[in-house]
Amino acid sequence: MKLKGKTWKFGDNINTDLIIPARYMTAYEAAELGKHCMEDADPEFSKKIQPGDIIVAGENFGCGSSREHAVLALKGAGISAIIAKSFARIFFRNAINTGLPIIESPEAAATIKEGAEIVIDLTAGQIKNLTENQHFAIKEFPEFLTKIVENGGLLRWATKEKKEPIK
Amino acid sequence: MTLTEKILAKKAGRPEVKPGEFVLVDVDLGFANDLTGPPAIKEFEKYGDKVFAPEKVALIPDHFTPCKDIDSAGLVRILREFSRKQNISRFYEIGRMGVEHALLPEEGLILPGTIVIGADSHTCTHGALGAFATGVGSTDLAFFLLTGKAWFRVPETIAVEFSGKLPEWVGGKDLILYLISKTGVDGARYKAFEFIGPVISGLPVDDRFSMCNMTIEAGAKNGIIAPDRITMDYLRHVNPDWVNSHPDFTLNPDPGVIYSKKIEIDVSKLEPFVAAPDLPSNGYPVSQLSDVKLDQVLIGSCTNGRISDLKIAAGILKGKKVAKNLRLIVIPATQKIWQEALDDGYLKTFVESGAAVSTPTCGPCLGGHMGVLAEGEVALSTTNRNFVGRMGHPRSKVYLSSAAVAAASAITGYITHPSSI
Repeated sequence: MKLKGKTWKFGDNINTDLIIPARYMTAYEAAELGKHCMEDADPEFSKKIQPGDIIVAGENFGCGSSREHAVLALKGAGISAIIAKSFARIFFRNAINTGLPIIESPEAAATIKEGAEIVIDLTAGQIKNLTENQHFAIKEFPEFLTKIVENGGLLRWATKEKKEPIK
Repeated sequence: MTLTEKILAKKAGRPEVKPGEFVLVDVDLGFANDLTGPPAIKEFEKYGDKVFAPEKVALIPDHFTPCKDIDSAGLVRILREFSRKQNISRFYEIGRMGVEHALLPEEGLILPGTIVIGADSHTCTHGALGAFATGVGSTDLAFFLLTGKAWFRVPETIAVEFSGKLPEWVGGKDLILYLISKTGVDGARYKAFEFIGPVISGLPVDDRFSMCNMTIEAGAKNGIIAPDRITMDYLRHVNPDWVNSHPDFTLNPDPGVIYSKKIEIDVSKLEPFVAAPDLPSNGYPVSQLSDVKLDQVLIGSCTNGRISDLKIAAGILKGKKVAKNLRLIVIPATQKIWQEALDDGYLKTFVESGAAVSTPTCGPCLGGHMGVLAEGEVALSTTNRNFVGRMGHPRSKVYLSSAAVAAASAITGYITHPSSI
């Protein structure tokens, strides 16, 4: 699986209230939520995003609420993947469960600048920064989680699997 | 094994589990609210038409209720209709409900040694009764509706030992705010907190709920307290059948258990603690914040909206008035608590002091309704989160505290140590 896009940088503790404020949570479709993604940080953010763009962030990305609306807002805005130094746990599982690729890479997150053109190769386990000609290895992802993401999410994976996947 | 490992092992059907392993477990109780339920239901309905175990499901419309607008009413209708269609008896209607993490223990649905998942981050509250309780997303909840199960990666456990003598006015909320100020908002990321020590053994159940409620704010997967006499006394009150059929129930970590980290806290010198904007970890002793002027004070929520919180607040507010240019909003967390507060005279005290008393709702905690903030306003709240824009305008500010500090501050109009009232 290869993803190519332009990067948008964020700092530490990007929380779910920032990603999608609660006042928009009567909606739960990605397209609608996407319009308000990061609105309190930058009201124009969702308009600036090109489909396929990638977020590069600091520590504890997605902290706060369990709201899956946060992942949907990012997807709806056009974000195809998130690279961060670390992820908050409920956001992490929501991204996996809904098939949004997330990569924990402190080195890549610290080094890649905003506006860089990058390629994430999940199969090869590598991030390539085409703008600065840099390579970063992606730490191997647990097989169980990779399967869920590759199948497009938890329920799609679950209904494909005929027997118990974990003994 | 630690408490968390023991519960996960049992429900995964394994003799033992270790941190880092993946497990697929049988879930004893799974629930969602009016915001997280509808997407879970829509996802479930793409893949199945019959809920695996309707008796293990609860649906609680608490966030934007009583419905604040047409869209919110539509969300609750989805929960209501799904409950009817799937024979889910545990749908809690307005007027007979509460905020989910205060309601479910009161209904006797939270039991030690069980696995509880909720599509709400403060599900960790229920570890106070010795359950493995953790927040999940709507897709996790849909998977549970379909299969009755959930996947987890077994977390490491951080033990936090509280010892010493609790000073007056210092309770569970202060202890957890203090702990989070030490760990930071990701100091316990992916880890379980196990609260131990003599202070915990003597801590009333409402304080235990407050503590476990905020473990997510340190990034934790769950918080848990081994069930003891206080737990069983509470359960005898809310689920006597279970206690009668489990008179000798015990659940403890293994003797000689090794935790990945141990934090020791002597509570004897602590003051009431307050988290300043914009992170729950930005905590200070209350006496350092005495020149913070307030526009709104909120007493309520799954963190501190229980009867003991209202009792403390009423004790401070009795015969006093809310400060001019400040509004106090009091929200008892469940219908039963509301009734009890009425019978005990607390609501009379609140109303006479000039407070607005509301029916149970999460409302203002997440900037939904029933007390949203305008630009430039400052609130002190007994809730659990104060990120930018949490309670309203991105340029409003929220401080977090106990009910005692909130009540005292409502009288003076500034952040106030309860002892000075």
